[in-house]
Amino acid sequence: MIKTDAIIIGAGPTGLFAVHQLGIIGLKCEVIDNLDRAGGQCIELYPDKPIYDIPAIPECTGEELTNGLLKQVAPFKNNFHLNQRVEELKQENNLWILKTNKENFFSAPNVIIAGGVGSFEPRKITLKEAEKFEGSQIFYSVSNKNLFQNKKISIFGGGDSALDWALELSKTNQITLIHRRSEFRGANHTLNEVKKKEKEGKILIKTPYSLTSIEGDKIMTGIEIKHEDGKLEKIKSDYILSFFGLIMKLGPIAEWGLNIDKKTIPVNTETFQTNKEGIFAIGDICSYPGKLKLILSGFHEGALAARACFKRAKPNETYKFEFTTASKNIHDRLGLKK
Amino acid sequence: MIFNTYINQMPKITYISHDNKKNTVEVQVGLSVMEGALQNSIEGIDADCGGSMACATCHVYVSENWLNKIEKIHDAEQDMLDMAYEPKKNSRLSCQIIMSDDLDGLEVTTPIKQT
Repeated sequence: MIKTDAIIIGAGPTGLFAVHQLGIIGLKCEVIDNLDRAGGQCIELYPDKPIYDIPAIPECTGEELTNGLLKQVAPFKNNFHLNQRVEELKQENNLWILKTNKENFFSAPNVIIAGGVGSFEPRKITLKEAEKFEGSQIFYSVSNKNLFQNKKISIFGGGDSALDWALELSKTNQITLIHRRSEFRGANHTLNEVKKKEKEGKILIKTPYSLTSIEGDKIMTGIEIKHEDGKLEKIKSDYILSFFGLIMKLGPIAEWGLNIDKKTIPVNTETFQTNKEGIFAIGDICSYPGKLKLILSGFHEGALAARACFKRAKPNETYKFEFTTASKNIHDRLGLKK
Repeated sequence: MIFNTYINQMPKITYISHDNKKNTVEVQVGLSVMEGALQNSIEGIDADCGGSMACATCHVYVSENWLNKIEKIHDAEQDMLDMAYEPKKNSRLSCQIIMSDDLDGLEVTTPIKQT
């Protein structure tokens, strides 16, 4: 059990700045995120797209913003618990106990939910039969490429993941790359490599086709795909790899007894506390009259939530407002040399 | 009098659900088809990213006779549609279709689900 002053769920820009705001007022925190790296939507949905509305930063990409925030919170040496999702939340006296899907336990008087639109999950194949083979013959990411040796693999998708894996796995397997339209949106040089492999007969490209059925009872034997003009075709497949990007799901947060309105959590705008004492919501996931889904609003919300956490984390101390420019306490917390 | 009714009239959109239930609403010129749906509590459009073209959960099928009347699709939208639930030839992201008087009567069908 990890004990701390506040647990932040979500390592997007809002969660990261909340780490900073807790840090400068002397509170410790732990951050949990379902993705394998910090940055949230910024890093997952638009790492290369420029953002133009961060104060004093005329233009930066999602990745640059994330890196800047990580640098800003580095002095506080907080822990990131990535690749795991918070499954359970329960109350014990004045503390909240959290459990993740990796069986890690956390305890704190404060929980700050900075979960955006929910946790990211791969978009799955919509055919019902796909569930049966998920994890054995159908995959949405590759964790062990050694599984694939001299196999027939059908890869779906038109982006970098689909192209990269088609190339990589074509070294030792027979690949069919299937996409719903004739244009791919991956990097040009990858696409050229794939085309080269197609000429060599290592990769078979099928466009514009989509998946219509999966064949096989206990073991998947093949698939049927349909051309845009209606023509059907069967393809023998030992494995399917499907890369249709990520979707966001609120997930277990919906089951913690919090008020939820249209996938968002209503909060009090003085403290950003939810209907449960000690649980706060900030960023895209919170709602209140006039709410704007801007990164800058998330920063403000985190600053106020952090102050509200202080009372519950240090009930016997008095919170004193200080400026970062002048406070010796804050300079010490930032590790600045005198 | 005629003048008054004329200026008060907003163009209409008909949202058709996957099981063919029709819902016709007025949508202010300049709003997107996605915003029109949210303002009128039309089901079937999630719009998780709020219109930044980052999620493909406001996906709709545009009726064939309207396809060439709306502004042409850009590459970035086409790329995002690859991620949508069961995209077809007439698929669009409703956050990218901006309402104008010319689109009065527009018909879009929402997919059976968005994710």
